[in-house]
Amino acid sequence: MPSNNRTVFSLIIINKAGGLIYQREFQPGLRKLSTNDYLVLAGTFHGVHAITRSITPKLPISQPTPSPATSSPGTTTPAASGYSYPNPGVPVTGLDYLETDKFRLTCFQTLTGTKFLLFTDPMTGNVETIVQKIYELYADYVMKNPFYQLEMPVRRAGSRIQDKQK
Amino acid sequence: MSANKTSRIGEEIWKSVNPQTPIITEKPFSIYSTAFRPRTQANQLFPRRTRVDKVNAELVTLTYGTIVAQLCQDYDSDYQEVNKQLDKMGYNIGMRLIEDFLAKSGVGRCANFRETADMIAKVGFKIFLNVTPTVTNWASDNNQFSLIFEDNPLADFVELPDDGRAQDELWFSNILCGVLRGSLEMVQMQIEAHFVSDVLRGDETTEMRVSLVRYIEDEMPPEEE
Repeated sequence: MPSNNRTVFSLIIINKAGGLIYQREFQPGLRKLSTNDYLVLAGTFHGVHAITRSITPKLPISQPTPSPATSSPGTTTPAASGYSYPNPGVPVTGLDYLETDKFRLTCFQTLTGTKFLLFTDPMTGNVETIVQKIYELYADYVMKNPFYQLEMPVRRAGSRIQDKQK
Repeated sequence: MSANKTSRIGEEIWKSVNPQTPIITEKPFSIYSTAFRPRTQANQLFPRRTRVDKVNAELVTLTYGTIVAQLCQDYDSDYQEVNKQLDKMGYNIGMRLIEDFLAKSGVGRCANFRETADMIAKVGFKIFLNVTPTVTNWASDNNQFSLIFEDNPLADFVELPDDGRAQDELWFSNILCGVLRGSLEMVQMQIEAHFVSDVLRGDETTEMRVSLVRYIEDEMPPEEE
């Protein structure tokens, strides 16, 4: 069963170039940052994430493994044969979680390079499920909006309604 | 020719999962949750949007046909240009569609181009068009393959214009090439795709040739290509 504690403080979406495209607070709890600081946070995190991915340990391969029949094309594997990752079946992800006393930051990077950063209470369970669902909603409501320009900030569907009420 | 086979795109998957069950649409289900989405927990947490809305296949066929016909008109039957525009439209669709594909199928990165080809044919085309083209004619370096479409929902009811050129110049379903190009580019693969034959032109088969140009290593280098 999912834990009862489902505090989600806020969500940040970072495009593949490290730009902030979405930021929203769901529950109060975290101190607010200025818009500029959020942009800096996104850019900084992007860089840190890239670094954590590239410091993933590599194990040198002693004997050259004969490539299996379905191996990847030789032309695109320049240096890949010299090492392997400790756990070859699992893709190298870089920073996945960052935890403090008061909050936990979960990072989910899609195969297309977009990053979803979810700030939750450290006790919140099922974060991966929530993130997965957020990705689905993003695929639906952001990517399928024909007027959404890729890599640009996401306008909230609600903002349209709010503007009208003003 | 095969007008009645997909009265609704996506239905066949449901049938194949549960052949006894008649198609009851008020029952919430999605093609993903039955066949392709292992993460059912997400659906329990957020039950709101678990079904994938379906659309009448003929509406798709007619809509697409209208687009092609309109392009032919707008570009004064310059079929090369129409091919180009279709490819461009597909490219823009593909760049968006890939997120939907990844989010809902939950599949991970393919280890090599052969796996990618199978993923495209057996999962991608299946969930979006409910057809499964055959992957064949691999080049010896494993960087080129063909997709043979036995069934092409986009081309149902279509007769190419009888102006003596359309049969030789227009690739009616060229949008599909763009879709593949756009979606694979988003997952760091630069490819080239084009049709080499089409039953609409009187060929034996409908065949698309797909070649891997390179893996794009900029933003997110693939692990071990």
